Amino acid sequence: MTGTERIEAAFAARDGKAALMPYLMACYPDEATSIEIGMACADAGADLVELGIPYSDPLADGPVIHAAATAALDSGATVVGALRVATALGDRIPVVVMCYANLVMTMGWDAFAEQLIQANACGLICPDLPLEEAPEALAALDARGLALVPLVAPTTPDSRLADIGERARGFLYTVSVAGTTGEREGIAPGVGDVVARAKASTSVPVAVGFGISTPEQAAGTADAGADGVIIGSRLVRAAGESDDPAEAVGAAVAEFAAALR
Amino acid sequence: MSAVEHRFGRYGGRYVPETLMPALEELEAAWIEARDDAAFHAELDILLRDFAGRPTPLYLAERLSELRGAELWLKREDLLHTGAHKINNALGQALLAKRMGKRRIIAETGAGQHGVATAVACARLGLDCVVYMGAEDIRRQQPNVERMRLLGATVAPVESGAKTLKEAVSEAIRDWVASVETSHYIIGSAVGPAPFPAIVRDFHRVISDEARAQMLERTGSLPKRVIACVGGGSNAIGGFAAFLDDEGVELIGVEAAGEGLDSGRHGAPLTAGGRPGILHGSLSAVMQDEEGQIAEAHSVSAGLDYPGSGPQHAHLRETGRATYVAVTDTEALAAFRQVCEVEGIIPALETSHALAWAMDNPGDRDLLILSGRGDKDLAEVLARTS
Repeated sequence: MTGTERIEAAFAARDGKAALMPYLMACYPDEATSIEIGMACADAGADLVELGIPYSDPLADGPVIHAAATAALDSGATVVGALRVATALGDRIPVVVMCYANLVMTMGWDAFAEQLIQANACGLICPDLPLEEAPEALAALDARGLALVPLVAPTTPDSRLADIGERARGFLYTVSVAGTTGEREGIAPGVGDVVARAKASTSVPVAVGFGISTPEQAAGTADAGADGVIIGSRLVRAAGESDDPAEAVGAAVAEFAAALR
Repeated sequence: MSAVEHRFGRYGGRYVPETLMPALEELEAAWIEARDDAAFHAELDILLRDFAGRPTPLYLAERLSELRGAELWLKREDLLHTGAHKINNALGQALLAKRMGKRRIIAETGAGQHGVATAVACARLGLDCVVYMGAEDIRRQQPNVERMRLLGATVAPVESGAKTLKEAVSEAIRDWVASVETSHYIIGSAVGPAPFPAIVRDFHRVISDEARAQMLERTGSLPKRVIACVGGGSNAIGGFAAFLDDEGVELIGVEAAGEGLDSGRHGAPLTAGGRPGILHGSLSAVMQDEEGQIAEAHSVSAGLDYPGSGPQHAHLRETGRATYVAVTDTEALAAFRQVCEVEGIIPALETSHALAWAMDNPGDRDLLILSGRGDKDLAEVLARTS
């Protein structure tokens, strides 16, 4: 099974219910613990994980994930180390790597895609690589059966949404609000509309992220039609605050999983 | 009507979160319309003339010329309202924002010059203004912080990373991602995703349009070289633009060598060379480690304390049309003192880099863009040289 097929199978296995995709920062608080956190996510009922690679200038991320990336880099995290985390998790659960464009480009689009294959990862999310800048990444990932998962936002006009939706592989990452990642109170008011527009634009599942921080919000987002929900800052904060990060993140993921049951 | 450049050779592009893509399209469309609109230019020209103080003088620095044994002509952008060239772009983009119906302006600032210029433009045009500034720069550029607040702008301190210009730009972009439907981001240098590098250049092109005509009128010929300091590169690209087709005119950008190029503590990605990288939405010359993590820059001057550079500069370097060199903190501070004492001009620390290079490398009939005045730098200079 290719990486793209593994992602599709993970969504299909939910049989109409929304898939749960926790985000975790590789090498945060350290490499070994981040592997434990990923395993705990799988044990607690996650269907896929989004694995962030620490970057110095994460433009799409809010304060919690930015601070986690800075802390990881300060304690010596590297792209190579982060890919070891992907490797450790890749057989247990479908992993979609989230990595800013400069790190991918620096290694080389093909070389990075090859690393994803070696790590048994399924795909790549590049939050600062819009469709116009993506031809090399698309070619490199397509050639290996890996998914380049694009993002769409509430600001994306319909004509653009159609182009992105058509080219989406694995799933379509739908940003629920105009803004960076981070916990928010309540569900974004227009999320139903955003999800409906996203679903109309593509044949792949639509997963919603940014700002979903409670099980109630996750359930509400699923009710709004999302095929998957992505939980980031809430879990990264749990990893940073607890003496036992894997236990804390696992417990939180279990609550989200229960809400989506 | 020519297109707005998205790439300069292989440099430039739009490496930004999807949320911003429609805003960049909207900005580009608005600019294509505005730049051909006589009414837009009439309004901007009056503001530049009566409010900002254009045209700026071309000044033959006789005593500096005598010291180095070759004519040195200064384009006096330091005499503009707010004390630097930044007002050209701030007024232009603020007018453009108004035209787009955006009433809230976001800006970033390093030395504070772009922040003050934007605050002034917003006060004049009745727009809300928030300026992101690194906490370290707030410390070393205190007078400009107070000026911005006096002008009604909100100064938002940025505490991440090295707390300087790079983080301020990142924070401004994050604000814009969240507020894009009501806000315009007035980027302060010729950097960022397309169409920003082209728009910022076009608003600063007035520097070289004026200087070229003034040189011809005063000397009967073009300068042999045009010299300007480069952080992101806005005064330099504005100073180069009208001379790009004049093959005989050498273009020289002076970056910050900080504590020395070998120390790694500098702000000279164009001079140091290396792989291109993506920073703040465009591909250009960038200081980064072997995996692609962006490095922290260092310079005594907050305006040059930036690990990136405008994409058109990266292209001009690659084609050989422009040459980039670097000057250390120590050399810049010495030039600052010298120009104060000998010429009676207090230059900005940023500009002092270009002056240091020009004094050490005299050439006949040089034109130097005196991009700003140094009043803001007094505390920092006195602390370092006393």
